[in-house]
Amino acid sequence: MTALAVTTRRHNPDLAEWARRDSWTIGLMVLLALLLGFTKLIQPNYGAFGIQGLGISIMPLAFAAVAQAIVVIAGGIDLSIGSMMALTSVVAATQMEGQSGTFGVAVVAGVLLLGIALGALNGALVVATRVPDIIVTLATSFVWAGLALLVTAAPGGAAAPWLMSLTTGAFLSDWLPKAAIVLVVIVAAIWIPLSRSRLGVSLYAVGSDQLAAFRSGVAIGRTKVIAYAIAGLFGGLAGLSLTASTGIGTPVPGPYTLQSVAAVVLGGVSLAGGRGGVFGPLVAVIVLQLIQNDTTFLGIDPNYALVVQGVILVGVLILGSLLESRRAG
Amino acid sequence: MAVVAASGRGHAAAAWRTTLRDRPIIPLIGLLALLVLAIEAADFGIVTPEWAGVIVRASIPLAILAGCQTLTMLTGGIDLSVASVASMAGFVTATLVNSPGGVAQGIVVVLVAAALVGLVNGVGVGVFRVHPLITTLGMSFVVDGLANVWQLQTVQTGAGVPPVLRTMGSGIVGDVVPYSLVVFVPLAAAIMLGLRRTGYGRLLFAIGDNPVAARLSGVRSWQVLVVLYVISALMAAIAGLLISGLTNTASVTLVDTSLLPSVAAAVIGGTSIFGGRGGFGGTMVGALILTVLSALITVLGMPEPTNQVVFGSIIVIVAAAYTRVTSES
Amino acid sequence: MGAMTIATTGLVLEATGISKTYGAVVALKSASLAVRPGEVHALMGANGAGKSTLVKILTGAVRPDGGSIAVRGRQRTVHSPAEARHGGLVSVYQDPAIIPDLDIRANLRLTETRLEPFRHWLAEFGLADLDLSSLARRLPLASLRIIDLARALAIEPDVLMLDEMTAALPANLTERVLEVIGGMRGGDRSVVFISHRMSEIGSVCDRATVLREGETVGVVDVTAGSEERIVDLMLGQIVEQVIPQAEHAAARDETLPPRMSVQGLSQGTRLHDVSFDVHPGEVLGVVALEGQGQDELFQILSGARRPSSGQIVVDGTSVSFRHPADAIRAGLVYVAADRAEALLMQRSVRENIALPFIARIGRWGLIDLHREGRTVDEAVSRLQIDARAGNEVRRLSGGNQQKVTIARWVAGGVHTMLCFDPTRGIDIRTKQQIYVLLRELAEAGAAVLLYTSELKEVQLVCDRAIVIFGGQVVAEIDRADADEATLLHAAYHLQSGAALPQELAATAVEATGGEEPAAATHEPEVPA
Repeated sequence: MTALAVTTRRHNPDLAEWARRDSWTIGLMVLLALLLGFTKLIQPNYGAFGIQGLGISIMPLAFAAVAQAIVVIAGGIDLSIGSMMALTSVVAATQMEGQSGTFGVAVVAGVLLLGIALGALNGALVVATRVPDIIVTLATSFVWAGLALLVTAAPGGAAAPWLMSLTTGAFLSDWLPKAAIVLVVIVAAIWIPLSRSRLGVSLYAVGSDQLAAFRSGVAIGRTKVIAYAIAGLFGGLAGLSLTASTGIGTPVPGPYTLQSVAAVVLGGVSLAGGRGGVFGPLVAVIVLQLIQNDTTFLGIDPNYALVVQGVILVGVLILGSLLESRRAG
Repeated sequence: MAVVAASGRGHAAAAWRTTLRDRPIIPLIGLLALLVLAIEAADFGIVTPEWAGVIVRASIPLAILAGCQTLTMLTGGIDLSVASVASMAGFVTATLVNSPGGVAQGIVVVLVAAALVGLVNGVGVGVFRVHPLITTLGMSFVVDGLANVWQLQTVQTGAGVPPVLRTMGSGIVGDVVPYSLVVFVPLAAAIMLGLRRTGYGRLLFAIGDNPVAARLSGVRSWQVLVVLYVISALMAAIAGLLISGLTNTASVTLVDTSLLPSVAAAVIGGTSIFGGRGGFGGTMVGALILTVLSALITVLGMPEPTNQVVFGSIIVIVAAAYTRVTSES
Repeated sequence: MGAMTIATTGLVLEATGISKTYGAVVALKSASLAVRPGEVHALMGANGAGKSTLVKILTGAVRPDGGSIAVRGRQRTVHSPAEARHGGLVSVYQDPAIIPDLDIRANLRLTETRLEPFRHWLAEFGLADLDLSSLARRLPLASLRIIDLARALAIEPDVLMLDEMTAALPANLTERVLEVIGGMRGGDRSVVFISHRMSEIGSVCDRATVLREGETVGVVDVTAGSEERIVDLMLGQIVEQVIPQAEHAAARDETLPPRMSVQGLSQGTRLHDVSFDVHPGEVLGVVALEGQGQDELFQILSGARRPSSGQIVVDGTSVSFRHPADAIRAGLVYVAADRAEALLMQRSVRENIALPFIARIGRWGLIDLHREGRTVDEAVSRLQIDARAGNEVRRLSGGNQQKVTIARWVAGGVHTMLCFDPTRGIDIRTKQQIYVLLRELAEAGAAVLLYTSELKEVQLVCDRAIVIFGGQVVAEIDRADADEATLLHAAYHLQSGAALPQELAATAVEATGGEEPAAATHEPEVPA
């Protein structure tokens, strides 16, 4: 009976399964490799230095994309990430300015806690008020941005020197930017244990099918709050890396909210929830940044990069919807 | 059923619930009056006919942008490209001021461009069923990018906000009646009449209330949505022209700060993000409330960013209140 | 641990006086269920008798208004499925509680199920080869059901509840499931078994509790020949006729060509080669147990879904629908049972009735309020709609809401009306009005197709009825013969004895029916 014919691949089942499940990510990595090749072609002296620059420049958006991915996987969306970054960034920069290195460490810890608190508040509001995620986080994005401007009206403050040196330059080899290592280590240290825990499984469950999750014994509300809180933690990390890479805190939110949504969609996370991971969005962030770099190298107005991002975002979704409807029937 | 349930909980609460649900405009006007009283108390003698004229003048473009959100939200959508389209409209018209066709040509070009943006939005949302948030977000990238490109290409040509637009946007007849009412009154009348008395207006509510029922009744919703997003983009362009006239500024980021207030005004005005409920009357009062609220914050000597914090909090509170009174269980 | 407490009551599960109302609708009046250790206990009842509600209450998905639940003599309050599981109550539903985007291993983690017993049960069902790292969405539904069942068995619950879980399993798997369940008899644990298939009840169950209209009306020892007794209990005493049976003249005129002719309609695995004619002036009844393909049939006829093969001929012309608008244009209008699917709940009676008038692009302009008002008023008075709370349709009673969905089509003139259980959950007076209206429409020359879950409606309203089982038309019964007992036997496909034709069971694999969809979780529209 076909119903029983569950395909089992005895030969290297893990690899085959990985290829099947992560085909989107693999496609994205191929695209990344092509883009790197293309970059080398148009800019023959693109090398270690370029990679180091890339490492630093992707960091804030990379953390933002991870934050967004976690919320979207759990079936929500966080439109306040950009503002959260502005707030955490200015808090970090103003508090660190002129202080000792050890105090700087305390500030970092405090800022991360702030991020978690902001995220948890988002989640609690979504669960308690039953107002849609989009509206709640849109509203809190005002609040965080306003608070950031109240902390400092103009760009200012300073990053602790150790924080800056943590993300600039290379480690061991010129080809290994410190920023990228910090990024990967932090994301891996949080995401890998999380995704293997029951909590991580619950995030996917809630985003994928709330009724089945409820019947499987998942506490829906609590899981959502935790998802937003973890996103807040990564929002705080994104804000810190903004401070680290620019040396100051800027109270006006950058385009990170919208770009994080774009990166998440490009990275193979379904906006319907339950599907994807954080690795895809990370690769998508690099791709988006490389497109921007390449337009500069080509002497094209960098604003076209923005156009390209918009077109890719909508195009990918239209493609996805076409594929979906073809599969459906 | 609701009536029975409510009578048990006391008449006053029930009446309040019913009023907020069915005629939100009454408590909203009450809130507006309270804010006006507060501002008069804070700065005695400030409330004059001239002051009212200035407030109305500032509210008009916001009300139009909020109208875009109202119409799209009635169908369960949202239009996040309005700020980009509005900025683009003001800016491009200013750069075309010295072209052979003059201001008229500029305005025609801008309206055609806006209609194209709306068409793409509408096709994305209506035909490909990409989430309106994502579609319009993507289009805002595209519009921003193209506007920036246009900016670089026209940087040497003489540009300036045409006098006609300045008069339209900022002129006040007899120190009391803003000139922009010439545009706004017919537009508002058309929207309100359209929503109440035309088949098209009814379909916006129908699609937002229950897309399945609309479909089963023979409504092809993609047709409705394509037209809707074109209308929304055209209204955004008109608002952009008025804002550039009001501020005498032509900038590709001019209207960005009005995006979130436009959603806020619609939400405060009683239009549900879930669709099927709301109208333009409440939205206009919502725009007035937000304008008076920022005036109050200024009068109280609070820093300008307080606005955002207050706006954000109000959105959550009001949306939660609406969610409470409109959910039957 | 169980052995000591059994002595106190001798029952594994005892639920007494369970009641639950949803607004004005009474789902359960006073249901009780007593399950002995080591028995397989059938829970029986006609559609809407309250079986599903009772199961949901026992597993914590729904809170009861009253009554008590005891497991092994100990009172339990269950507020969530997680609590129910800790209390020893586990349920397997027709739609498996498996997260589609997770692999099987992760799904087991979610419910903290141990791997060893799970694998053991999988092997019992012949799925030993299952790759646990397969994404659930990539597995066939039948496998997911088995996985859900194996997971439930691995938890070793005191009471395992199976809600229609065999409803669309392939025959060989059904057999395995029945063997495994049968093997649990005489042990310490018990099974509550819900099925529409009388043959399955006969083969594995020890006793049966019968629900009717939200009440437990009897407990029967299952032996040879007890089927008749169960059916009798499900039917109750012959209900007195609700309308004086005005001998409706058979308006059907066989000499006229059929208004609508359905020929060889199939849809995936749910509908197979369904053919029938409906004539002008005729009300044709459709009788089926839940989930036998009638939903798909009506979706196809109303243009909401496309058939995989077969054709529909309306007034002699073959038609194909890409959108409900096409069906409406061909004169096929659809009245849904689920009013949440048909109504704009926040809009007025008037807007709801007038909705089809403005659907076409040519009608988007200014509305002629006078003309519309007249048409709507006529329809409102013809259906006797109480529109006092008419500003928002959701504040009307269920009966009035249903009348609004019908009025929408009556206002425009009816050629062919497709009614899917239009009297579900509404009061008796409104039901009568709807019966009268359907007869009037037929007498005025319309053709009506009426699916009903209330079997007595067939003789009240229909000229004849077709019976669908497993996606096929298995009987056609004339009105004179269509008493409830005959229809119920036919619906259970019982008339030929007991055994279920295996091929029928095997064809009904891909059931998708979820029993508790909230209004918001409707099937998304099928893209045009």
